[in-house]
Amino acid sequence: MSERTPLPRENKPAPERTEVIAAIRQAAIAALVAFGLFVLMVGIRTDQGPTGALVISTRFGAVAAIVAAVFVASLLRTLVLGRAAAAVRSVIPASFNRTAAQVAPYLAGAFLALALLVPVLFYTNRYLLDLAILIVTYTMLGFGLNIVVGLAGLLDLGYVAFYAVGAYSYALLAQYFGMSFWICLPLAGILAAFAGLLLGFPVLRLRGDYLAIVTLGFGEIIRLILLNWQNFTGGPNGISGIPRPSFFGLPFNSSADGFAATFGLHYSPTHRVVFLYYLILALALFTSWITLRLRRLPLGRAWEALREDEIACRALGINTTNTKLTAFATGAMFGGLAGAFFATRQGFISPESFTFSESALVLAIVVLGGMGSQLGVAVAATVMLGGFELFREFDQYRMLVFGAAMVAIVIYRPHGLVATRKPSVSLRTQRPIPAAVVEGARSETPG
Amino acid sequence: MSSAAILAVDHLTLSFGGLVALNDLSFTVRGREITALIGPNGAGKTTVFNCVTGFYKPTVGRVQLTHPDGALFLLERLPEFRIARDARVARTFQNVRLFTGMTALENLLVAQHNMLMAASGFSVLGLFGAGPYNRAEANAVDKARFWLDRVGLLARADDPAGALPYGAQRRLEIARAMCTDPVLLCLDEPAAGLNNRESAELNLLLRALRDENGTSILLIEHDMAVVMEISDHIVVLDYGVKIADGTPAQVRNDAKVIAAYLGVPDDEVGQIEAQVRS
Repeated sequence: MSERTPLPRENKPAPERTEVIAAIRQAAIAALVAFGLFVLMVGIRTDQGPTGALVISTRFGAVAAIVAAVFVASLLRTLVLGRAAAAVRSVIPASFNRTAAQVAPYLAGAFLALALLVPVLFYTNRYLLDLAILIVTYTMLGFGLNIVVGLAGLLDLGYVAFYAVGAYSYALLAQYFGMSFWICLPLAGILAAFAGLLLGFPVLRLRGDYLAIVTLGFGEIIRLILLNWQNFTGGPNGISGIPRPSFFGLPFNSSADGFAATFGLHYSPTHRVVFLYYLILALALFTSWITLRLRRLPLGRAWEALREDEIACRALGINTTNTKLTAFATGAMFGGLAGAFFATRQGFISPESFTFSESALVLAIVVLGGMGSQLGVAVAATVMLGGFELFREFDQYRMLVFGAAMVAIVIYRPHGLVATRKPSVSLRTQRPIPAAVVEGARSETPG
Repeated sequence: MSSAAILAVDHLTLSFGGLVALNDLSFTVRGREITALIGPNGAGKTTVFNCVTGFYKPTVGRVQLTHPDGALFLLERLPEFRIARDARVARTFQNVRLFTGMTALENLLVAQHNMLMAASGFSVLGLFGAGPYNRAEANAVDKARFWLDRVGLLARADDPAGALPYGAQRRLEIARAMCTDPVLLCLDEPAAGLNNRESAELNLLLRALRDENGTSILLIEHDMAVVMEISDHIVVLDYGVKIADGTPAQVRNDAKVIAAYLGVPDDEVGQIEAQVRS
């Protein structure tokens, strides 16, 4: 060790001239786009004048500021952030995905333990309990949609329709026939599964964008039926007075044969909230268990094969029609179960709860979580809905934060938070498969 | 050596609008033989495959498959998945179509879908981990292991199919097709993109499939070294029409085949034109 050879220093070379010029050009284009977008949206404003007439005022200063900001931001992004991100990405991805896969089982366990303990930890905090119920509901919807989108690769933008079918199934069965929640829950699941089949038949031949458009339309059709079939569904007034669930026959009230009295507790309205929380948690875990089991069965494998290459599936003797329909029906069934839960929790439902934005939110949870990953979906649901609450003070800018977060995810983790696929069977060692390998879009003609 | 025809293609015609891709094509594939379908680019070879495997429905004609036990299937009337499931015709694709994000082993298990699906009681019994399904799956894994070993990919069973080198992907696709227990195996350019050593290995494999497994093979190939070496019978197509049919030796010396592949000397053009017009 007489002389240490100097390590090649990680000296970042100054940006090349051509690189700077390219960056400036890109920034100029971005600024131009920003100008086009904002010149009317921000630049011109109409106010009500003193006489009640509209007065046009201009704010070109603000437009100039926005355009300048976009120019500088774009320049910084390509010259500084771009290099930094590339450096980070060249070091991280392989090892990160590997460690993520190793840690995932423990993380999932910890997450589950936390989920089980929520009512114990936050018993006095009604607000947090309600938020937790909401998060778990969306997690369950995410699990259900994950079967259709993540496993079978069928992009469904109308998932909320099945949620609505489940909710209205319970509400209407309870209203017209006085049936109890525990009988209606499986019925709601079955009816939603039928709705899934109903959607599945016409879209069997469609894929990708075309499928997305039709499912989007299906979601709207269901909502419009609920809205307009006034004398059956109550139309825009919705259905109120939906019976609350009982604890295996014991109602949650202060009566002598209520839950609290039977178990010798002081009556508290929180009992019901805690019960609802565990109910939806059990439903979500049931969904997750079924999904994980199905993945290891031939049906689940056929779903994944369908996502990878439909033509190859048919050449191997797989009935792709049945396989697709079961995916739609199974996914829809879990949406329906979650819907029935939603109805019993709210006690009141109306078509307003089942708009496209709900579908978009559930889809965002699935995409963000990493398609096909249970843990990813649970984390994404927590982050998204928790984030919504966290940024409640930002008011109207909340959606801006949400949008920026989505853009960041798409840029830095394009395959979702958990971007690996676990093989369903293995001979020796199970190695997670990076999502970059999993995606496969092929031509539609066999050859 | 049984040499009864297992596949009989009769008067097969397929037109896409005004374009006649196949015109009154008839040929047979005999049992336990390797039949090669050759011809210049655009001759309609892959179209024949798509008609045999049900991806295209012929405009006119009949495609009849006879199992060794005598069962008869009219392939032009069956949907493609039933051709694979019931008539047991397996195929590979010109552009390899593996389930790239699934492991090699999973690819071979997907190929045994129908057997496993029945064993899992259409998922109902399998959901609760019933014994019969576990046994069926173990058998399926054994079968997959056997075929992975046959194509030399046992060591890479747990790697995603998309991460395998090209030659290995082609072999995996053949193994996947064999996992469906085919009576007739249709291979679309199995040697494309393989180096000399790989293509020699492929020849050995295809011969073994014919001799040991008794699978009849119909293959499309451009590599004449492969075709002439392993084929028992060659059918030559040009512009959707059969121009020759026979043993490798016969086909190699056929004037029309030479003309289709190499063109003809200028002084013979008139003569050929007269032949074509007649």
